[in-house]
Amino acid sequence: MERSKRIEALDKRPVNLDGFINEWPEMGFVAMSSPYDPKPSVKVLNGKIVELDGKQRSDFDFIDQFIADYAIDIDKTEASMAVSSLEIARMIVDINVSRKDVIELISGITPAKMVEVMNYLNVVELMMGMQKIRARKTPGNQAHITNLKDDPVQIAADAAEGALRGFAEEETTMGVARYAPLSAIALLIGSQVGRPGVLTQCSAEEATELELGIRGLTTYAETLSVYGTENVFVDGDDTPYSKAFLNSAYASRGLKVRFTSGAGSEVLMGSSEKKSMLYLECRCLYVTKGAGSQGIQNGSVSCIGIPGAVPAGIREVIAENLVAALLGLECASSNDQSFSNSDMRRTARTMLQFLPGTDFIFSGYAAEPNYDNMFAGSNFDAEDFDDYNVLQRDMQVDGGLRPVTEEEVIKVRNKAAKAVQAVFNNLGLSPVSDEQVERVTYAHGSKDTPARDVTADLMSAEDVLKRGITGVDIVRALAESGYEDIADNVLSMLKQRVVGDYMQTSAILDKDFNVLSGVNTPNDYMGPGTGYRVEGSRWEEIKKIPHIINPQDI
Amino acid sequence: MQINDELIKKISQIVTEELLAIGEKNQGGSSAPSMLGRDRINEKKSDYSSYPKAQKGTNPKEIVIGVGAAFQREIKRTICNIPLDDVIKNVKAGIEEEGMVARVVKILDTSDVCFMALEAAKISGSGFGVGIQSKGTTVIHQRDLYPLSNLELFPQAPLMTLETYRQIGKNAAKYVKGEQVVPIPCTNDPMSRPKYQVKAALMHIAETEQLDPKLGIIEWEGK
Repeated sequence: MERSKRIEALDKRPVNLDGFINEWPEMGFVAMSSPYDPKPSVKVLNGKIVELDGKQRSDFDFIDQFIADYAIDIDKTEASMAVSSLEIARMIVDINVSRKDVIELISGITPAKMVEVMNYLNVVELMMGMQKIRARKTPGNQAHITNLKDDPVQIAADAAEGALRGFAEEETTMGVARYAPLSAIALLIGSQVGRPGVLTQCSAEEATELELGIRGLTTYAETLSVYGTENVFVDGDDTPYSKAFLNSAYASRGLKVRFTSGAGSEVLMGSSEKKSMLYLECRCLYVTKGAGSQGIQNGSVSCIGIPGAVPAGIREVIAENLVAALLGLECASSNDQSFSNSDMRRTARTMLQFLPGTDFIFSGYAAEPNYDNMFAGSNFDAEDFDDYNVLQRDMQVDGGLRPVTEEEVIKVRNKAAKAVQAVFNNLGLSPVSDEQVERVTYAHGSKDTPARDVTADLMSAEDVLKRGITGVDIVRALAESGYEDIADNVLSMLKQRVVGDYMQTSAILDKDFNVLSGVNTPNDYMGPGTGYRVEGSRWEEIKKIPHIINPQDI
Repeated sequence: MQINDELIKKISQIVTEELLAIGEKNQGGSSAPSMLGRDRINEKKSDYSSYPKAQKGTNPKEIVIGVGAAFQREIKRTICNIPLDDVIKNVKAGIEEEGMVARVVKILDTSDVCFMALEAAKISGSGFGVGIQSKGTTVIHQRDLYPLSNLELFPQAPLMTLETYRQIGKNAAKYVKGEQVVPIPCTNDPMSRPKYQVKAALMHIAETEQLDPKLGIIEWEGK
């Protein structure tokens, strides 16, 4: 058959490099609802839930039991379940029903009922729901700060630039896991150079991550993964109870924590029990709430290729973000993983969180070129900064970032790189050369920087753990090296852990270390004229993109 | 000419195959068959009950390579089409070039690569092991580490080459010898997720459905 030139041209479009698959509920390849999803039901006897979504208590798996005992308001459940799912769906988008009333009602419904409610909402209604239900009044954004070489100097410089650009949280991870202590130190220093009050995290194996947190080398944790089926939990040597303990371990030292979950993980692990991705994610979110976590990173996250491959998969992603908000959780709404070869498709996917605003629209945005992103690529990267700033300006939407000047960028990158050089020197860690400071200052990514002595770095990383170096040692090293301003900022971050206010739902810190959370700055959206509006100095800031035509130059 | 049932069956089979081939060429994914109602990818499950149970090694030079349940059986190539026979050959060659000894076992009680590698490490004479999933994802592990901690992890299977597999064998051997090991440099392709994640899920399902936890770990020479 002679081929059509039109179809040939279409076949070559980037979108056709993406993987797609037909719905296959038996293997969990189904987004919003599976024929095998349970029907909603609840029965309470003597103050205990004895039936949940068609299952008797004697048949509960440990997730059912955890949800029944800790995640559903037993006093409200029978009344909440009596309200029809359609009516609840309408209340979510009704500007005359407050966020508080919706959340109170929702606190009594079961996971299967939640799935039914979400299935009544189209994507615009889901966005409307998010605009109203999000916990914090102002939206926020989080960055990934990583590089292929695990170069701590570049981590510091990128963290400083990211903080300058407006990210409220910064997360790093490693190609070589043993680099973690150096990555955490570099991120902590760099972030406080760019903008005081930025929270930092080092995503590592759970025990290491906890140890770094306890030592004050990080200021929040995020990678406490939960799953929607018992099998996947067990495969990871975990239960909802063990996650709750881990959560408490962080809380005991005053660290902010959120859990992580998302559509597709059970499919990837081959244990979906034939349920829809949305139903399984609802179970994860109930477990998160039951374990007492203030928030969640969700929206499929690293499994986005799975919902992205099935019909209505991207609708499912905003639906699961909204479920998190409806359960009163902080929502860091993913957008953090490369999702499509098509620029059009990857942008459209992000609009569902960008337009309504979430607590963290990205979790996170690659603040380095994607080839350096060690989370295997984010949906947006450093090369998209200007596009993103223009999108904010076009639509008068606050996406959490701001335009910056080249002079500012160079200045903060250089200061962060020098500070890391000084701290490493002061603590007797692997040396940082002047040449490296210089190259990293002006670099775009690790292709522009000299190689590090990996063996020496790994020995230093081990040394940090062995010697018991803590956040206070970093403060001292900064102060002794003449960086008293950065020392002050790092110390202020450590003080947060004593105060503990930033453990409240959706908390971030402003540049003066004031907490902005869902508790003291709650979202009060109830239609036009209410809620967060982009105006005043923030709007002026968003307007100032580079490359604006000067009429006098014509 | 005699027309019998068999001939009709044969002709219709050929015609169907041709139609399907045309369909695949012209309609892309729309010709993918529906899997609705099916619970497995491969209807059959391999029976390994006659295979010898893997024993704990005593040779301090030994490194155990633990491969996935579907390895070289239901799945013959990695996610990026490298034959699994060659993968094993190269990891072993890397180990042997450094003067160590390789033993291959098949892990039938987990398809999680970190746990596979840790199980291999635990029965290896040296305490070091390598876990390889059938899709190509690989981990170097050591007996007394946390399961999800490890020495080296190669999470992006689509980027693996035979040279990387050989290097993995060499590095595993260097850990045994107590040398200062430079980890194999990371590679990263941000676009491998959209392209490969569905295939990865399907391959993992095909592997997981071959598990036989009662048998645990068996000696495996690729047959």
